[in-house]
Amino acid sequence: MDTESTYSEYSHYSRGSRGSHRHSERSRERHSKTRSKDSSSRSEKAVTINAPPAEPLLGDQSTIQGEETQDDNWGETTTAVTGTSEHSLSQEDIVRITKDLEDSVGLGCRRYLALSVGIVLGLLVFITPLAFLVLPHLLWPERVKPCGTACEGLFISVAFKLLILLLATWALFLRPSRASMPRIFVFRALLALLVLLLVVSYWLFYGVRILDSQDENYQGIVQYAVSLVDALLFIHYLAIVLLELRQLQPCFSICVLRSTDGEIRHYNLGHLSIQRAAIAILEHYYKDFPVHNPALLTAAKSRAAKHLAGLKVYNVDGPGNNATAGQSRAMIAAAARRRDTSHNELYYEEADHERRVRKRKARLVVAVEEAFTHVRRMQEEELKKPPGEVMDPREAAQAIFPSMARALQKYLRTTRQQHLHSMESIQKHLAFCITNNMSPKAFLESYLTAGPTLQYGRERWMAGQWTLVSEASVTSNLRDGTVFTLKCIDFSLVITAKSIPYIKLSEEFIDPKSHKFVLRLQSETSV
Amino acid sequence: MSQTFHIPGQPITAYVQRIEIKKLREGSNLILGFSIGGGIDQDPGQNPFSEDKTDKGIYVTRVTPGGPAEDAGLIMGDKIMQVNGWDMTMVTHDQARKKLTKKSEDVVRLLVTRKSLEDAVRKSM
Repeated sequence: MDTESTYSEYSHYSRGSRGSHRHSERSRERHSKTRSKDSSSRSEKAVTINAPPAEPLLGDQSTIQGEETQDDNWGETTTAVTGTSEHSLSQEDIVRITKDLEDSVGLGCRRYLALSVGIVLGLLVFITPLAFLVLPHLLWPERVKPCGTACEGLFISVAFKLLILLLATWALFLRPSRASMPRIFVFRALLALLVLLLVVSYWLFYGVRILDSQDENYQGIVQYAVSLVDALLFIHYLAIVLLELRQLQPCFSICVLRSTDGEIRHYNLGHLSIQRAAIAILEHYYKDFPVHNPALLTAAKSRAAKHLAGLKVYNVDGPGNNATAGQSRAMIAAAARRRDTSHNELYYEEADHERRVRKRKARLVVAVEEAFTHVRRMQEEELKKPPGEVMDPREAAQAIFPSMARALQKYLRTTRQQHLHSMESIQKHLAFCITNNMSPKAFLESYLTAGPTLQYGRERWMAGQWTLVSEASVTSNLRDGTVFTLKCIDFSLVITAKSIPYIKLSEEFIDPKSHKFVLRLQSETSV
Repeated sequence: MSQTFHIPGQPITAYVQRIEIKKLREGSNLILGFSIGGGIDQDPGQNPFSEDKTDKGIYVTRVTPGGPAEDAGLIMGDKIMQVNGWDMTMVTHDQARKKLTKKSEDVVRLLVTRKSLEDAVRKSM
């Protein structure tokens, strides 16, 4: 019941205000003109982070607490929060809604809008200096004063600076974007605004001072165009510093904790906004954290259920209203006093499991080693062997796979990894190992330990399902003590930021001649 | 006074016992029949007999059984404070040896101290 109320709160706000959130996003996009080039052909690895609006989340928590105290009398006393009973949804509905939003028109429109704004701005930037140079020749060609070598020098410099600007823009901005963030990328928006301002002011001055008065001094016009290109190059330098260099120096130590099995990793990040930090952390998550295996958590859940199942609470004082808090306290006290032998079961169960895994592993290692002895690389001299005997890696893998299949299947079942590996993937891996002359141990390594999520098939990645949950605005900077959560479908990553301590280093000088030693004496003399 | 943790520069007070040893002639040598260890040029931490491991005094490390030192009452572990009037608390190992093995002297008069002396004096008080 608890979970139901939690999810229904989420869905209520997501359904109600997400539409309005999207609308406001779109209108904001029109005025802000981001340069984020989210290309339409983004790879499946792109991460969509959808953040529910910040303020309702705080209201979320208070109403959830209200739900917990009414837990036992849920049916009788549905109070002010009637929204839950009408909009109670289950987990599948949540997933469906998120998937719908991804395919919805609004999101695609936002992406294309950003892309088109970027293209327009880029074209504007590159055409403006050329337009400045060409327009006098088009509009008043007879009055333009020809200028000699100085102008030619300036033409060459304009050409090369534009070329450098083109290459630099391609290097910095025209990269396939690796993630899509919920809010706008503030620095990019600022830079786009700055560029637009610069270009517009240059056009303004050009229109007033040169077009209106039909200036004849062509060298002045060329120098004007050169100054614009210089200013654009400096804005590009600013872009490099803001977008790339600022976050390189680490100043926060981030602790990432997975909620289901407690895996912890620590990373160092620099000055980033919360959404950019989330993307950096997710990139590390995919390569560092072992794959999330829900099959390993069922034992803990069954134990937890057994703890609560043994006790039943009876209310002997009649229907009292303040019984709920007292009841839960009584349950906790009774559970503490009860002589619980579940720790014994856990100990023996774990020892048993350990032994079983080791036995299966031994059988598996022997089977694989034997299988690998049956196949070897064909030597050059044996080219005249009949074609029936010569095999390519895939066929060789299929030939030796049956001898180890059973042992491998049993081992995977014991360590609860069987859903992570399909027959096809195992055979493909075997062919890969045979091609690269790997030993049986190298082949087995990926099955003995759980690897990072990227090692497994695409359906495990769930790259489109991440939600950033944060109390502070996601475009605000990371600070000491920032806490936010990245929720996936089955689990969440809780992220805490701590600033790296300020290190005060002092110096001590040791004279190399000061290294002198004496022997320790202990003589005994007889007299 | 016990010698635990003597502060350098402060006078040492101790209960001492006078021991007079007559040297025994063995061949061309005059021997006393015990061995010494310690000294200000030695490592005080390796002295097994001292209570204070920073004490750099001269200690009796061995007493040959049946020798003149044993007859005179010298016990292993005694700290030698004076030899014939010469101070032994701040000397090097070699200086101590020289003071003990002067060929011109037949008798050495030692002032030695040990922990049991202090306990005995305190008990009798």
